[in-house]
Amino acid sequence: MINIPSTIRIAFRALRVNKMRSALTMLGIIIGVGAVIAMLAVGTGASKQVEAQISSMGSNLLIVLPGATTAGGVRMGAGTQPTLTLADAEAIRNECPAVAEVGPVLNGIAQVVYGHQNWSTGVVGTTPGMLVVRDWDLSSGRPFTEQDVKNATKVCLLGQTVVENLFGDDDPAGKIIRIKNIPFTVLGVLERKGQSAIGQDQDDTIYIPVTTAQKKVFGTAFPGMIRIVMVKARSAGELAYAEKQINELLRQRHRIGPKQDADFSVRNLTQMMQAAEQSAKVMTLLLGAIASVSLIVGGIGIMNIMLVSVTERTREIGIRTAIGAKTWDIRLQFLIEALTLSLIGGLAGIIIGVSGSKVLSMLAGWPTIVSPLSILMSFSFSGIVGIFFGFYPAYKASLLNPIDALRYE
Amino acid sequence: MALIETRGISRVYRLGDIALKALCEVSLKIEKGEFVSIMGPSGSGKSTFMNILGCLDKPTTGQYLLEGIDVGNLKRDELAGIRNKKIGFVFQGFNLLPRTSALENIELPLLYNGIPVKERMEKAAWALKNVGLEGRGGHHPNQLSGGQQQRVAIARALVNNAPIILADEPTGNLDTKTSAEIMELFVKLNTESNITIILVTHEADIAAYSRRVIRFLDGCIISDEARVKT
Repeated sequence: MINIPSTIRIAFRALRVNKMRSALTMLGIIIGVGAVIAMLAVGTGASKQVEAQISSMGSNLLIVLPGATTAGGVRMGAGTQPTLTLADAEAIRNECPAVAEVGPVLNGIAQVVYGHQNWSTGVVGTTPGMLVVRDWDLSSGRPFTEQDVKNATKVCLLGQTVVENLFGDDDPAGKIIRIKNIPFTVLGVLERKGQSAIGQDQDDTIYIPVTTAQKKVFGTAFPGMIRIVMVKARSAGELAYAEKQINELLRQRHRIGPKQDADFSVRNLTQMMQAAEQSAKVMTLLLGAIASVSLIVGGIGIMNIMLVSVTERTREIGIRTAIGAKTWDIRLQFLIEALTLSLIGGLAGIIIGVSGSKVLSMLAGWPTIVSPLSILMSFSFSGIVGIFFGFYPAYKASLLNPIDALRYE
Repeated sequence: MALIETRGISRVYRLGDIALKALCEVSLKIEKGEFVSIMGPSGSGKSTFMNILGCLDKPTTGQYLLEGIDVGNLKRDELAGIRNKKIGFVFQGFNLLPRTSALENIELPLLYNGIPVKERMEKAAWALKNVGLEGRGGHHPNQLSGGQQQRVAIARALVNNAPIILADEPTGNLDTKTSAEIMELFVKLNTESNITIILVTHEADIAAYSRRVIRFLDGCIISDEARVKT
């Protein structure tokens, strides 16, 4: 017959008697739990950031780059040999079954003027398909159409950063801005996307029809030239097929023999980003594992103190056993003491961990996310630590011979 | 049926190769309501005998029947239950829990007997009153005199209505006057509540309070005589 509430009271009294020792023992658990929560928060924050960047880039993305030139044996970097054309982009869209949409790109830096404001930004000549490829909606206005591309009309879509710099609080829709001194009508404004994976401001951009860029803004080395093509596959599973189909199609279109090097390359952006995401997750795991070690060290601290406590209170255990405490009465008393230490430590650790990760994100500027799961996990883990490391001392206490224990000085 | 009956119990301690016989073939009966003193020099086996009577130890051979039950066959926790309900211990060194109030000390046997809080409080208060320490329930052992501490220990032995009190030199740490008070308390409990009291002592004048004196020497009983109260 075990009386739990009374046993709890006995345990609490024992802990109160040695306040300093109890507090120091708890400190191990506090630091352990706090570290686990803070480290997981840092890790989760990092992977969430990577995830957000992936989705801001658009999903299931491939990128087709032109090849490298070789001049007298010296090979130049990728993209130095302009080989891609708008017709290539259209062919990819029409002839590759695994491709959902393409966005050709001919871009450059240009000075943009509105009224007495001016701003230098990246101007991207593209097609309406680009908005689909990048999963990018408009926050106001309307996109330009295939017709605009065909006619090379002077219309544009503005990124949020451009709007802020040129218009301030004004509504840009229908206004005329000058790109390289050419007047363009603003059709709409792109939604905010934020930073890209490499920290670029994705909102600092202007979209114009690709033909307008070719003919009126940047010019081309040969008719129909574009710099890259962004491709959206129909699904993540079809990324590899799309890559293969594009390769085959472009080799055919560029008349490249089976043994010749291609004059273009296809890269899988999503795969690269997923790798980054994976490494962020591994980092989370690693941080958590390292922090868990300190939690276990805290548990060993509890065991240490409980063993001392059992030795110190040998006589008390003898008295209790003599007047009728059963094996589990004694075991429970010491187990509850250990559990109380670890659970109170765990609670304090949660507070420290949550506020610690807040401070960390403020001081270091890291995004931290404290997930309820990590709190639950580390708290129950601290409970398990208490039981695990408390059991041996409790077991030892319960086996003491009452005659010897009563004689213990 | 005798309250306590031992049939040829002996206790052998093994220290490496040497076997030390602390008790040899002791047989005796103690009836309910007796007041027995056990006397003998150090090493005579009287403490070993008391440990066995108190179910803290088991005989190596022989049988110990407590209220007709053979204690030798019981497990550790069953023995704990018997100590809790049948036997009250009073020690020379009081053996109260430090930093714990008198009332809470007295409550302990009830706690391990699974008695609910309210009943515990009532019984503990009753036991405290019975030993003449009314109003001292909140004091901690270090705030009480030796005699008072021993009274608290006696109250703890009483609280579960155990039929037997085993007292191991209960006056060994007390002065003569306090010793007499404690012995008077034992006599009162014996005559008024019919509690069987078995006490170990060195001193003849303490043994004089009892009605039967058993003497031990080298692990054997050398005399067992009833005393006529003078």
